[in-house]
Amino acid sequence: MHANNHHPRQELLKPASGQFMALTLFVGLMLNLLPWSGAALLLRPDFLAITLIFWSIREPLRMGIGVAWLMGLMIDVADGVLFGQNALAYSLAVFIALLLHRRILMFTPWQQTFYVLLLLLALQAMTLLIRLSTGVDFIGMGYFAASVSGALLWPLLTLLLQLPQKVEPKRD
Amino acid sequence: MDQSPPFFKRGPSPLARFVFFASLSAVLMVADAYQNYLGLLRQTVAVVVTPLQRLANSPSELGDRISEFFISQAFLQKENRRLQQQELEHSAQLQGFQAMQAENAYLRKLLGARKQSDQTLVMTEILYAGRDPFAHKIIVDKGTTHGVSAGQPVVDDVGVIGQVTRAYPFSSEVTLLTDKDQAIPIEIVRNGMRAIAFGQGQDSTLGLAFMPMNADVQPGDTIVTSGIDGVYPPGLPVAVVSKIERNAAVAFARIVCMPSAGVGLHKQVLIVTSDRRKEYESQAAPLLATPTQAEVKGKGKRRGEGAR
Repeated sequence: MHANNHHPRQELLKPASGQFMALTLFVGLMLNLLPWSGAALLLRPDFLAITLIFWSIREPLRMGIGVAWLMGLMIDVADGVLFGQNALAYSLAVFIALLLHRRILMFTPWQQTFYVLLLLLALQAMTLLIRLSTGVDFIGMGYFAASVSGALLWPLLTLLLQLPQKVEPKRD
Repeated sequence: MDQSPPFFKRGPSPLARFVFFASLSAVLMVADAYQNYLGLLRQTVAVVVTPLQRLANSPSELGDRISEFFISQAFLQKENRRLQQQELEHSAQLQGFQAMQAENAYLRKLLGARKQSDQTLVMTEILYAGRDPFAHKIIVDKGTTHGVSAGQPVVDDVGVIGQVTRAYPFSSEVTLLTDKDQAIPIEIVRNGMRAIAFGQGQDSTLGLAFMPMNADVQPGDTIVTSGIDGVYPPGLPVAVVSKIERNAAVAFARIVCMPSAGVGLHKQVLIVTSDRRKEYESQAAPLLATPTQAEVKGKGKRRGEGAR
């Protein structure tokens, strides 16, 4: 194998515009708010969570835990669940992403998928822990399907969200 | 000396921030779970979220509209015929009902009991099913501005589907009977035996709790609301008993019931907004204030009968 596969050449990217970041988070929130139900609900990747994780890895100085927390509160209200549970889970995922962002950036998007899977599993495990402590039954391992689908979406998400930051190669 | 360039300023460390927000969430969760302090905060966030939610629902609503537009005439005619027939049947039943209501009012007057107030119903449309896979909830499009408040029962054309658990200004959240530990006081039509049905959570069934082994329950028994709780109006169909397990190792019989009303079938449900609880308390107040010896005895006897 080529050495480049292990340490991919870091692409030079422009800093993302704040407006674009806000727009993507809004789109993520709206995708989450679509009327999902049944099996689609279990398979639905948490669009908002992966967008938050993406920006905490790419723009760690501009993506804060506070933003994740606020977005989590909105999901709590929209889903009608215990107030603060998604807020806590989102803050946890973004916190881990902020801690690991340098390491994760060393890998190709496909290799990053593994880390993203771990982050999403941590997020779901946090929610599950809170839910179980309020006395509901575990609904089976299918619950974690959303983490897998979310992680599989990662390479596509990376491609889409990096488009505006690409620098035109200068030939000189 | 604050000479470091803004480039290096990063504020509190991620850990500090995480600990801050985690403890904030913990406080919110405890306050939400054990006290209802957070109504106002929830309402405030709902003001922002509800319009977004409506926006997110609009594509599927548009899809519904379009498919409604292309509905076939044959289907409409068939439906029209069915509805006309149903209306005839209902009007026949209604005539009997009116006679019975008049008779009931007369008998109540004879007994000196107060008139039961008429039910006021609010027609609502289901906006979407709750997205929490652990809970059985739906969100409907009427809220506190339409007189809906938490605790009111929700019914469809077949029977009870659940209870309003949270009311926002323009929408409210309905917890279905099948939600885990959602309780409803019921009565078996065949023998008038009272019990409490609890939601079972995952498998969309109800269970009758604490029923003795020899309880007179048979598969196929219809169960209706008993109305003794003062929340649900009496006599609404709730479920049908589907399975009874009498296992000697457990103290109680395990009775599984299938709910009669189905949420998946319709887009509209009715919320019963008349406050029966207040009415009930005002009726019960004189009785509770000075219980005479005879009344106490009478009550005990009645309770004994009910638990038979």
